[in-house]
Amino acid sequence: MTEAIRIEGLRKSFGDLEVLRGIDLTVDDHEVVCLIGASGSGKSTLLRCIDLLEPVDAGRIWIEGDEVTGAGVDENAVRRRIGIVFQAFNLFPHMTVMRNVTLAQEKALDRDPTDARAKALELLTRFGLLEKADDYPDRLSGGQQQRVAIARALALDPDVMLLDEVTSALDPVLVAEVLDAIRELAAAGMTMVIATHEMGFARDVANRVAFLEEGTLLEVGPPAQIFSQPREEATRRFLDRIIAAGRM
Amino acid sequence: MSGGREIILPNGTPRPDPGVPAGDRRSRVLGGGGRSTWIAVLSTVIFFAIVGFLIVSSSGWPEVRRSFFDAEEFAYAFPEILAKFWRNVFIFSVAEILVLLFALLIAVLRSLPGPVFTPLRIMAAAYTDLFRGVPTILVIAMLGYGMPALQLRGLPDSDLFWAIVALTLVYSAYVAEVYRAGIESIHPSQIAAARSLGLSRGQALRHVVIPQAVRRVIPPLLNDFIGLQKDSALIAFLGYTEALLRAQIIQAQDFNFTPYVALAVIYVAITIPQARFVDWLIAKERRRREGSAQL
Repeated sequence: MTEAIRIEGLRKSFGDLEVLRGIDLTVDDHEVVCLIGASGSGKSTLLRCIDLLEPVDAGRIWIEGDEVTGAGVDENAVRRRIGIVFQAFNLFPHMTVMRNVTLAQEKALDRDPTDARAKALELLTRFGLLEKADDYPDRLSGGQQQRVAIARALALDPDVMLLDEVTSALDPVLVAEVLDAIRELAAAGMTMVIATHEMGFARDVANRVAFLEEGTLLEVGPPAQIFSQPREEATRRFLDRIIAAGRM
Repeated sequence: MSGGREIILPNGTPRPDPGVPAGDRRSRVLGGGGRSTWIAVLSTVIFFAIVGFLIVSSSGWPEVRRSFFDAEEFAYAFPEILAKFWRNVFIFSVAEILVLLFALLIAVLRSLPGPVFTPLRIMAAAYTDLFRGVPTILVIAMLGYGMPALQLRGLPDSDLFWAIVALTLVYSAYVAEVYRAGIESIHPSQIAAARSLGLSRGQALRHVVIPQAVRRVIPPLLNDFIGLQKDSALIAFLGYTEALLRAQIIQAQDFNFTPYVALAVIYVAITIPQARFVDWLIAKERRRREGSAQL
């Protein structure tokens, strides 16, 4: 197994607020790691730091063995290797679904427009969105928009996918179609780090689950262990609250 | 300078507007159903009949009519002035194209992030402050009289050229602010999404931010253009024979102000359709958002 992501001593503050307090984590190729933890525990910030969308204060990150936190790193080149999907989809509203998926292929990867289109058609077909290719995002349901966002990120053939609470903004009835798309990705061997509040889904899809509290990774382990026999008291408390809220 | 400078941006994200459906909103203006339409028509006719009667029956009216609304004078002056108005059309059309490009450059310079670009940001900010502060006619006078007087080699000495430059400089300052408001109204998550796909800062600006920003600011931008078109009359000050100077000459010859009214008619005839077009664009945008919210 080779390492897809290696994180050592990652720290990040916003002003006086220390959001990440020394994170160490490795993710192997083809591994799915689910990040769980309360809102504000640092899940999103961790993902955004990995994609270099937030500058880190301290610590180092490697993607497929290449350090991406050093000086003189081409951030754009790093981001092309990492796909990220956001809670609020963040599709480009002034472009058709097709253009959303082809834009970065052409502009960031210099892919030939014909090839970019072929790639987009393949991905849209895969996620059941072919008939929406010429629509604008605001004509799509939330679940469809989120699947377009996944296709848009995958179009660059990333080494790693980061999913940031991708079902949190969706109607409950639309959650399943997005989770199914992610399950399919996992089955296809995509390396993923998934921040999620869907514990049932995390238990199914994750190879390992990582529990974040107040910017610290309290424990990391196989889902069966984390969900049934958490070592940390804080993890137990968090899971009890989730169960009490009927989310598991 | 035109009145309303405030920028009405269609609210950024496509969020449902919980208000009344578009149909109801329209009906409030024109009265909706049959009975209220008739009441609206009747009250309008009566109101304007009374106002018209009061004006026409006042003691000074015959004198006013002779000076401002002389039919014979109008028939003579109108085509004369219209012939020169095409010069105004040329001036403001060229200026508008230049403003569209130059103002976008200023707005982008002002939106550049990072400490390296501080001098450029300061320069762009100083430019907009300066040219929004100085009266347009003063800029026209300084450039139109001043630059040809320098007699510098290579610099054009045509007053037409400098008039267009002056209008471009002044209105670029306004339009740059309009563009900037549009750029800043684009949610940072759009930039994050673009950058996360490996697009550079410039590519994100070019393909994601500016196209959305421009779409949002078209109504306030067209309002500024209406102001620019009206200010093309200021060029008369340089002695360049455009429509206003032509009207002034006829007025001085005939001791009658009807030529001014003729020019006013021309201006109103070109600006009102544009104002309606802006209203239509805003309404269309609102309908689009309401339509998508119903999904």
